[in-house]
Amino acid sequence: MTTPSTTTFQLNGKPLSVTTSPDTPLLWVIRDVAMLTGTKFGCGIGLCGACTVHLGRRAVRSCITPVSAVAGAQVTTIEGLSADGQHPLQKAWVQTQAPQCGYCQSGQIMQAAALIRRFPNPSDEDIDSVMNGNLCRCMAYVRIRQAIKIAAVEMQGAASHA
Amino acid sequence: MHETSGRAAATTTRRAFLISATSTGFSMAFLSPRSVAAGNAAAPFEPTIWYEIDRDGIVTVNIIRAEMGQHVGTALARIVADELEVDWASVRLRYVDTDPKWGTMVTGGSWSVWQSFPYLSQAGAAGRIALIDEGAKLLRVAKATCVARNGVVSGAGRSVRYSEIVRRGQLARSYTADEIKVMPIKAAADRRLIGLPASAIDIPAKTTGAARYGLDAQVPGMAYARPKLPPTRNGCKVIAIDDSAALGIPGYLKSMALDDPSGTVPGWVVVCADSFVAANRAADLVKVRWTSGPAANVSEADIQAHGLKLITDTAGGSLVVEDSGVDAAFTSAKSTLERDYTTATVLHFQLEPLNALALQKDGRWEIHTGNQWQSLILPTLAKALGVPEAQVVMRTYLIGGGFGRRLNGDYAVPAALAAKALGRPVKLVWTRADDALFDSPRSPSVQRLRMAFGADGKVTGMQHHATAGWPTQVMVPAFMPKGKNGEPYDPFAISGADHWYTVGAQRVRAVSNDLANSSFRPGWLRSVGPGWTNWALESFMDEAARAADVDPLTFRLRLLGGSGKNGVGGAVRQAQVLQRAADKAGWGSKMPADTGLGIATTFGQERDMPTWCACVARVRVIRSSGVVKVEKLTVVIDAGTIVHPDGALAQVEGASLWGLSMALHEGTEFARGQVRDSNLDTYTPLRMRDVPPMDIEFIASTVPPTGLGEPATTVVGPAIGNAIFAAVGARLRHLPMRPADVLAALKAG
Repeated sequence: MTTPSTTTFQLNGKPLSVTTSPDTPLLWVIRDVAMLTGTKFGCGIGLCGACTVHLGRRAVRSCITPVSAVAGAQVTTIEGLSADGQHPLQKAWVQTQAPQCGYCQSGQIMQAAALIRRFPNPSDEDIDSVMNGNLCRCMAYVRIRQAIKIAAVEMQGAASHA
Repeated sequence: MHETSGRAAATTTRRAFLISATSTGFSMAFLSPRSVAAGNAAAPFEPTIWYEIDRDGIVTVNIIRAEMGQHVGTALARIVADELEVDWASVRLRYVDTDPKWGTMVTGGSWSVWQSFPYLSQAGAAGRIALIDEGAKLLRVAKATCVARNGVVSGAGRSVRYSEIVRRGQLARSYTADEIKVMPIKAAADRRLIGLPASAIDIPAKTTGAARYGLDAQVPGMAYARPKLPPTRNGCKVIAIDDSAALGIPGYLKSMALDDPSGTVPGWVVVCADSFVAANRAADLVKVRWTSGPAANVSEADIQAHGLKLITDTAGGSLVVEDSGVDAAFTSAKSTLERDYTTATVLHFQLEPLNALALQKDGRWEIHTGNQWQSLILPTLAKALGVPEAQVVMRTYLIGGGFGRRLNGDYAVPAALAAKALGRPVKLVWTRADDALFDSPRSPSVQRLRMAFGADGKVTGMQHHATAGWPTQVMVPAFMPKGKNGEPYDPFAISGADHWYTVGAQRVRAVSNDLANSSFRPGWLRSVGPGWTNWALESFMDEAARAADVDPLTFRLRLLGGSGKNGVGGAVRQAQVLQRAADKAGWGSKMPADTGLGIATTFGQERDMPTWCACVARVRVIRSSGVVKVEKLTVVIDAGTIVHPDGALAQVEGASLWGLSMALHEGTEFARGQVRDSNLDTYTPLRMRDVPPMDIEFIASTVPPTGLGEPATTVVGPAIGNAIFAAVGARLRHLPMRPADVLAALKAG
């Protein structure tokens, strides 16, 4: 616990300033200050992935990221992934009917978005190794894997036509 | 309309009990005051409480089941819409809050579709018939010439939309119970939605962050709180609270020992603050001294040793099945086989940690939380708050994983007590570790199975003795039926042992593990008892087959002939899924070194709602490390009519992988009265990397639907265990099967 201080960063493209203890986890700033509740609390120790957001272009676990660490940075949550909820991953998630309870899926999608940036044409092995940190307790893993491949194909197609 | 009638509970089985609760709710529900008092031109058409059609033709179906991943709203609405003959695109879901008019609100036991199918079909049919009646009048044609399709009534070359009938027709209708009973349901061949592909209505919002779970509930002015858990689930009392170290946390409000007239959360302290972050930090700093409960020194080994003692003493427990001549069959047997099987404690670990928001508003208490059995916890909430039950309403949210944890609504009680004590809305949030420590886990179990063989190897007798903590005894004792010896038993903790094999004289004995019951609160966890009874039964069947020197598939098929109590439509359907799975998986084909196929079959959850399951697991065992690689799962299911095929497939995918996870990856144990593993650093459910290819098939069927959320869970573990034996000759008799266990069995083998 340290003295409250003000941190300013970009959240989904809009500036946000919060005055709080600098070690406050980014997760709770996103959920309880910015009131963006799509990012979920699962384990609190960075091992389930439900809280995954983008810090710049990287996927990070917001539950173990102190808010002070994102000063001046771009943070993107599931709500900011696309303007209309129609990111290729989101569409693929619907196409494959991947979510069951859905609680982990914001984090799964954000992790998958970072995965596809790094591996535009991911193999099963790429997917398994990157997505292994995201727990799906409903165990919708087969469909998550399938959805990532579908989205990757669409995104590659879009890139090649760009 | 809650099922607290002692008479009914005492004299009927749980199944009959649920049916009677439902049909009562149904017949009352059909008298809809709003439409009876019609004449109001703006009113929607609401022939039953289960749905309404508005003046634009939008059909809103009231869903009383919790949406927790099974897409239950979609399945139930398609049952209504099919009979109602409406365009699926005009259907909306309304997940309702609690109200006595809904009857029993419970989402568990894989019951939802099975239980709702008859009355939702009849409700849809009632609406369709009324719409055809009134449509025919508006069209001035004989109703016998009219048909309804896609929200339009047509006859004699003319047509009128439902929306127009709602606007112009005289739709006021009520139905007597007798009329409802004869409400004609369409033939299976006329179904237009049931069994056909459909997207689940709840899914899109789960891809954008818009879906709202209990954790997302908020009201202005609410405080946050985190529990400070006592050292044991039962029997603790607070001696002193020292919050001096927390006073420096900005936003910290206070710490309170809860006074709980319902006895649900003895020894609880809640730490309140104006944010969760502050409550969480403060809770770490608050020091509480308790008197310890008697379980403070109880370990998993103690519970299992007690279980073994209970099983060995043949006098106790409830005789769930007791054929005549069991002892004689064993006395006169040419040979007998006896094996013991055990399972470890398993956590629900639903990903959304427990949470509840409670507040008082307009003379009522509102509890905002995801819950699976509102009718069970409402009376407890009323008792805890000291108000009549009518003054408590539960607001409905999506559930971020149920798996049975939220059947036990104990977590709503401390939120309500905290809001009452603090005098303002309180949102109580468990951390992950708090959630694990306050779980109602799957109890450890001990089972002993015995088989008697006569001359020529024929099975002449069988005994299945099982002991575990009994969730129903602890939480709903009136729900327990009585065994043949008059002793009550928890059907959830023994179902599965009353199998469909014809085995001569059979005894099934269920024994409550009182040390488990007092040390923690045993829970209903996905598939509950069938998750451990079938582990033992199907491992034992494999051992019995090998003892009889018969192929494990052949051995089972011979016992699934379907004679006597295991008659027509029962064992024969089980044999069919078993044979189908074996055929698909290449049963009997030659395997590479250290690789094997294992087979298992179950009837899912209960004898009177059988979902026939079969699984063949193909595994490879790494002899040096004891690691078991599951290379493929072949699963065949017969659940009767499949209402929402893709949702059904998703349930079987998830349930199968739960079976795999509990077989190889997860499990914990009690140490000093608490579970040892409370987060993912040491509790290790299945991850993506270990997901094998799965070949899942449903048997085409038009008989009434049974359940799907749990059944596949029951069949995978024993199939894997049997496959390990087939691969390397090591027999595992304890779940989970960790590499060290495999190594030990290899060494012993």
